[in-house]
Amino acid sequence: MKTKRELVIVGGGPAGLAAALEAHKNGVEDILLIERDEYLGGILQQCIHNGFGLDYFNEELTGPEYAERFIDELSDKKIDVQLKTMVIDINDQKMLTVLSSKKGIEFIEAKSVILAMGCRERTREAIRIPGTRPAGVMTAGAAQRYINIEGYLPGREIVILGSGDIGLIMARRLALEGADVKGVFEIMSYSSGLVRNKVQCLDDFGIPLYLQQTVTKIHGQKRVEAVDIAEVDDNFNQIPETKKTIECDTLLLSVGLIPENELSQQANISLDDITGGPIVDQSRETDIPGVFACGNVLQVHDLVDNVSEEAEIAGKAAAEFLLNETKDEIKQSLEIAPGKNITYVVPHTLNINANTSPLIELFFRVKDPAEDCKISIKDNQEELASYTRPIVEPGEIESVKLPIKLINISSDEIIVELITGGE
Amino acid sequence: MSDKIYDILIVGGGVVGTAIARELSKYNLSIALFEKETDVASGTSKANSGIIHAGYNASKNTLKGRLNIKSNPMFDQIADDLKVPFNRIGSLVVGHSQEDKEKLILEKERSLAQADIDLRIIEKKELREKEPDLAEDAIVALYAPNAGIISPYKLTIAQAENAANNGVDIYLETEVKKVFHENNYITGIKTNKGKFSGSIVINAAGLYADKIAATVGENYEIVPRKGEYNLFDKKYGSLVNHVIFPMPSEKSKGILITPTVDGNLLLGPNSYVVENKDDLEVTEQGLNEIWDGGKKLYPSLPGNGIISSFAGLRATIPAEPYNDDFKIEALDNPVGFIDVAGIQSPGLSSAPGIAELITKIVDDISKDLKVPIKLQEKSSYNPELDKLPRLDDYKDHREDWHQVYQEDNDYGEIVCRCEHVTKGELIAELKKSLAPLTLDAIKRRTRAGGGRCQGGFCGPRIAEIIAEEFEISPLEVTKNGPGSEILMERVKDIKADRDITYRRQKDEN
Amino acid sequence: MNERTIICLSCPKGCRVKVKANGDDIKDISGHECPQGIEYAKNEYLNPTRILPTTVRVKNGQIALVPVKTASPIPKEKIGEAMQKLSEIEVEAPVELGQVIVNNILDTGVDVVATRSIKEKN
Ligand SMILES: Cc1cc2nc3c(=O)[nH]c(=O)nc-3n(C[C@H](O)[C@H](O)[C@H](O)COP(=O)(O)OP(=O)(O)OC[C@H]3O[C@@H](n4cnc5c(N)ncnc54)[C@H](O)[C@@H]3O)c2cc1C
Ligand SMILES: Cc1cc2nc3c(=O)[nH]c(=O)nc-3n(C[C@H](O)[C@H](O)[C@H](O)COP(=O)(O)OP(=O)(O)OC[C@H]3O[C@@H](n4cnc5c(N)ncnc54)[C@H](O)[C@@H]3O)c2cc1C
Ligand code: SF4
Repeated sequence: MKTKRELVIVGGGPAGLAAALEAHKNGVEDILLIERDEYLGGILQQCIHNGFGLDYFNEELTGPEYAERFIDELSDKKIDVQLKTMVIDINDQKMLTVLSSKKGIEFIEAKSVILAMGCRERTREAIRIPGTRPAGVMTAGAAQRYINIEGYLPGREIVILGSGDIGLIMARRLALEGADVKGVFEIMSYSSGLVRNKVQCLDDFGIPLYLQQTVTKIHGQKRVEAVDIAEVDDNFNQIPETKKTIECDTLLLSVGLIPENELSQQANISLDDITGGPIVDQSRETDIPGVFACGNVLQVHDLVDNVSEEAEIAGKAAAEFLLNETKDEIKQSLEIAPGKNITYVVPHTLNINANTSPLIELFFRVKDPAEDCKISIKDNQEELASYTRPIVEPGEIESVKLPIKLINISSDEIIVELITGGE
Repeated sequence: MSDKIYDILIVGGGVVGTAIARELSKYNLSIALFEKETDVASGTSKANSGIIHAGYNASKNTLKGRLNIKSNPMFDQIADDLKVPFNRIGSLVVGHSQEDKEKLILEKERSLAQADIDLRIIEKKELREKEPDLAEDAIVALYAPNAGIISPYKLTIAQAENAANNGVDIYLETEVKKVFHENNYITGIKTNKGKFSGSIVINAAGLYADKIAATVGENYEIVPRKGEYNLFDKKYGSLVNHVIFPMPSEKSKGILITPTVDGNLLLGPNSYVVENKDDLEVTEQGLNEIWDGGKKLYPSLPGNGIISSFAGLRATIPAEPYNDDFKIEALDNPVGFIDVAGIQSPGLSSAPGIAELITKIVDDISKDLKVPIKLQEKSSYNPELDKLPRLDDYKDHREDWHQVYQEDNDYGEIVCRCEHVTKGELIAELKKSLAPLTLDAIKRRTRAGGGRCQGGFCGPRIAEIIAEEFEISPLEVTKNGPGSEILMERVKDIKADRDITYRRQKDEN
Repeated sequence: MNERTIICLSCPKGCRVKVKANGDDIKDISGHECPQGIEYAKNEYLNPTRILPTTVRVKNGQIALVPVKTASPIPKEKIGEAMQKLSEIEVEAPVELGQVIVNNILDTGVDVVATRSIKEKN
């Protein structure tokens, strides 16, 4: 019931897969990848649409195709995979408790752990929509799983709240399967989804997109019968005169993702309030030495290509942690903080030692869309580097590569800022 | 199915109806309980604060006050027998000023003059030790160590199961339409599933008790008074250690905060009269009201921690001579009709006392019935339910779960990922006599689907397990009864239009 | 004269390109910020095509459906008909990634292929 392992990876989505392969490539011989589903690939297996892999493979793939490339590569390596197995506890000593119908309870003592549990969707409750509580209200991702994997249609007359990519993709998917999609409603004044998804998923099918409108109430005792919609002003206050009722049997919510960090919390890993993921350094190491995090559990990514790259950083770092008997002394440690117009930055800290690579890539999100702007990296008031950008959007993760040598040895914090046109 | 003749017909499967059924199942009577919904605990008993009040602010001059005080000490035994989680965490009524303090002292003395309840005034220092995150300006509290929390629906379900094990027939999806009486005697009832004979009808129909009573000529009105709630993620369950009340108002005990027995945090309820008895809508206004109330007590309440909102309706009889008290009495005409109506708060806390009182009333009228009965205790009565294994109860000794698993490997397969519920736990529920066929019923019994993702993930899987167990199609499985099917069709059964990509654009041109 | 605005998808800028035409005869293209926009708008005006990602039923599979896509883009107006056709098909597990599910769908010259391997139900 009790075993010891060098490296345990929790979650077999694209993050877990890439991390496992990278750790293996860098010499770790004892790897266990644990996945609660009956197949590898994570969320990708339900994302049957194309649009993945343009960065990573220079090729346009569907989600399952992208996943299968990694799964194939894994299959002839010495990496143990345990499916239909759920990690139910982790403590700060890197002791995992797992449960499966094949083996029951097992305790695994790991030297190093990579957290790759992905994320889950925000529900109706999280955004507090008033009204009744009938069947027929669900998240877009749950509906995606129903349609693409389980083989059920969640409804016939659909209203979608939220115009992120998942909402847009689901509008097309439902229309293709014969449902009537009455419209996609978005509280913001812009869609956070890719333009291409708006064109191919809505315009192609004549599905209307309504900006600055939101669902204010749900009707129906047993099944959804209708929803109320109202316009909102620039401060998101509803404008009562604009209220209208739309009949439908299903309300799909695509209103945001939350990193799945219940296990991280159990292990007492510190989390960032904004990303909802662990606080990490540039090797994606959390504040428990030897525990790493990557993929959507760390920050919600829009592109799986970035997930794979991030996971490789973590996989490599885990290998270094395990194989480097004599740990390099950390020369300098400093924080990286979001400044003006920036929501968050990952990594949160830099630990510089002799082995640190000369370029550090910083990932961040901007607060509002902007054009012809500049990303500025500052130490106090002094600008260390700046990068121009023709266009930035909150819906897309931005990144810059910062040369380590620019960083002042004695500083303890650097700040990332977005400078827009007028300033 | 209507040939069977019963001694006692109970209308309503709430905490009150099922408590009565269980209590009466001690005797050699033939008893049937009728519930119009797909599951017991589908009315007010599923949506309330779940507090077993200590009884301090219910006056002994009222029936509800007396029954609450009498019932509070009975809960340890009941919870033990029925394996329902119950926790005497104590309650605190929190004051913010010298004036509040005087009121609380007065309240304490008034209560103590009426009954022997453990009540203490505690000052700021002790209060902060008990509740470190409470608002800074809270300086005094009335502490009642005997107040407790319970899962109201689990209690109701367990009472029903135990009653069923002891011989009570429980008819679900069976709505009582009319009560028959002849020459001043009760003779039976009519339901949507046929007629049933019996010489006693116990009217525990909650919000609809007035409707049932009207069929025997009674004339009173039940007024629904709504209360709305927010439920928070388990992460925040430990923010609060006691049931925290604000200073009470005339009408209600105010918006409270309490941990639940499942480890979540519950905030609510407000209180206002509504028109319809099926108005369970949560309103924007209401949610704001309870939010403001909560923030006053706990400024650090996390807005993004809410995982569910819901509302419940108190069944009140404001009119004379009841004045918002319980109405528990046997009618003289027709003989055999017993009202258990107006059971608003603290109806949950009073349920065991109500059940005892009804037994006494039944005994009193037993000789005068159309078919007289005699209450005789039966030796076969078993007050206990078996405890089913729950992974969640093995948090601190997971190794012992392995044994459970070895007896049945289904206990190794997690179905609900948020609440850690295994397939074995689901199937054990589905095999019971009072088997739950809906997702809501499963959720109330096992918590599967009640976690952070609110069933998004495990919903279809649970539907499939139910379908397999009962050999029906997953498309027939409902959320809470007919009309609430969760899956509509299999994909590919309906087809997109041929011109789906250009039809609408053409329309525009 | 017909006028249509087409959003160029060749880069994240998403220029709104205006096409003026008489039937299939394009008279004027404006609004693009670079030459790629002209090419894109022309194609999208004359012969818009799309890759169609969807699913097909599987018999005896580990899951109920196999995801599929058209191996290359097909004319946009054929998508509805293609969906109808695909809803009538059922394939037998196991399925290999890349396996041709429908040959030359609707005479477009394009195959529909599986995008995931599906094992048999165990
Ligand atoms: C609905 C949706 C649509 C998307 N569409 C696109 C798109 O069009 N293009 C694009 O590039 N990106 C898209 N993405 C983003 C991309 O798919 C995700 O960023 C990527 O899948 C994240 O990878 P991950 O490995 O971090 O998480 P996941 O893919 O979610 O994998 C996490 C895995 O961990 C497992 N797991 C979690 N907890 C445990 C535990 N305790 N024990 C065992 N296993 C566990 C889960 O079962 C899961 O398999 C989409 C994402 C979503 C949610
Ligand atoms: C907001 C709120 C908070 C509360 N908090 C507390 C608290 O903390 N502590 C406490 O002690 N009490 C509390 N209460 C009160 C407590 O919840 C009720 O007193 C108790 O649940 C009433 O139970 P019941 O069985 O009478 O009613 P219900 O639970 O409503 O049961 C009646 C049943 O009868 C069925 N029925 C109705 N008509 C028919 C028919 N014609 N045929 C068949 N079946 C029928 C209904 O479907 C229902 O299931 C609260 C109440 C509310 C609303
Ligand atoms: S026209 Fe040029 S600049 Fe404009 S979106 Fe197309 S490719 Fe980008």
